[in-house]
Amino acid sequence: MVNADPKGVDAGPHFLDGDHALAEGALAAGCRFFAGYPITPSTETAERFAERAPEVGALFIQMEDELASIAALIGAAWGGQKVMTVTSGPGFSLMMENIGLAVMTETPMVIANVQRGGPSTGLPTLTAQQDMMQVRFGSHGDYNIIALSPDSPQECFDLAVWAFNLSEIYRVPVFIMTDETVGHMHEKVVIPPADRIRIVERNNYKGPKEDFRPYKFDCQGGHPMARAGDGYRFHITGLTHNERGYPAMTPEQNVKVLTHLMEKIDGNAEQIIRLEEDGLDDADVVVVSYGITSRIAIRAVHEARELGLKVGALRLITVWPFCEARIRELASRVKAIIVVEINYGQMVREAERCVAGRCRVVSVNHCGGAVHDPKVIVGAIKEAAL
Amino acid sequence: MSTQEIRFSGFGGQGIIRCALITGKALSLYDDKFATMTQAFGPEARGSACSAQLVVSDEKVLYPYITAPGVLMALSQEAYEKYSGEVIEGGTLIVDADLVKPHPEHPGRTLWRVPATRFAEELGNRMFTNLVALGFFAAITGVVSDAAMKKALPGLVPDRFLKINIKAFEKGYAHGLDVMRPAQAQAEAATA
Repeated sequence: MVNADPKGVDAGPHFLDGDHALAEGALAAGCRFFAGYPITPSTETAERFAERAPEVGALFIQMEDELASIAALIGAAWGGQKVMTVTSGPGFSLMMENIGLAVMTETPMVIANVQRGGPSTGLPTLTAQQDMMQVRFGSHGDYNIIALSPDSPQECFDLAVWAFNLSEIYRVPVFIMTDETVGHMHEKVVIPPADRIRIVERNNYKGPKEDFRPYKFDCQGGHPMARAGDGYRFHITGLTHNERGYPAMTPEQNVKVLTHLMEKIDGNAEQIIRLEEDGLDDADVVVVSYGITSRIAIRAVHEARELGLKVGALRLITVWPFCEARIRELASRVKAIIVVEINYGQMVREAERCVAGRCRVVSVNHCGGAVHDPKVIVGAIKEAAL
Repeated sequence: MSTQEIRFSGFGGQGIIRCALITGKALSLYDDKFATMTQAFGPEARGSACSAQLVVSDEKVLYPYITAPGVLMALSQEAYEKYSGEVIEGGTLIVDADLVKPHPEHPGRTLWRVPATRFAEELGNRMFTNLVALGFFAAITGVVSDAAMKKALPGLVPDRFLKINIKAFEKGYAHGLDVMRPAQAQAEAATA
């Protein structure tokens, strides 16, 4: 861990929206390459990055589309840069194929999805949380990723920095699953001085050239990369590959590669999962939420507590990997788990899987376009507490 | 917990969003409050009534949107017609004296008319209308301090227009204090 480069850190208090805060977090984390295609409600992040790029020696490219955006990120990452893009629903769909390539090639990158209502072009200017399953399963094949969900512009900054750190450690695309409300909402954002921001630098290989291996299938993170152009001979491919990166298309090798891709995340879930918990110790009912919805849910939890109900709040800051162990533990001692989200019921499926019938699981979902009415959540808590 | 909900409205180009940004920045950076600003982004926000919302609180704002505004600033007739009905009892309406013809009465609410556009023209440019109105708003509502508002301006108005914007704010603020005086005296007389 080292300190952030002061050039990228606009330290001090600001009044920013979540999109701008994402760009500032990326710059503070050392991101110096952005390739993207504008789409509401994420465009402000690209604008901020483009505006600041000349000050910090970063490169901003407006690509022809979102497929090319991820392709450019993969190339720039192997060129030694920390890289990012932002998008929303339709653009996210276009990114899926190359996200798979980034996962397979173990290329660090940060992708923010400022979610809007779907499907298709849906509700361009209105909020949603409808891409929570797509982020985990949208590309083909078995794979694993990390996804974080900020509830405020401040957390957009904080999680952007952390997302880059995680992506460097685990060499995996890390997703910031925010939404139109947080993206466009202005609040106070305090950016710490550079020496208070801990960042993980790119682990560039420094050993003998003949010993360099771009891959090590040991279910762990922390493996070095080499920069294209520095004279190392290695290969990057979407095909199942060996430790030098060359195609090795056998069932045996696929077991090694796939197990590594899955377990470097799941096996380190304790380091990756960050939760915010409130009043869970004596709770009869637990309200699970994430992103903007958690603010409304926590307000509802406060109101329900004033009515004398024993209810706690669990906010998923890390959405993927899912907090399986915590949900299993809670399910064995509470009456009900309520999952609140702005979609037709997505993360609730994960909750149901982990609960496995040990308590009630209630989905308080509603389709995209607006946040919940806190009264609806209070109503669900009352009913679940009976 | 004391929470205030404020809507700034008018037509596109009047600097309505800027009003909310300046006030939000002033409150959250210099007045030690929590402020959350949202604005309408949809196609309905283009070319007609333009609006920005601010939730102000002593504690972290959880629900980011306004549901029962206590203050409405309306700098156009359309905005006034669209939003005046939502102001809660005991609330305050601030309208541009020349651009808005208010309804005869707003029972239980106080309506103030500020010649913001006229004052701005006297200062040399209509562009400063929003700052005059903001000064008036700060004086009348007391939601935000004038010192914080002036501190918030750099970065939110062009540098070369900073001084004149401060002047516009001060003009609106002084006018606000002036028109409040007889109202306060009346209120004091009524309670005496």
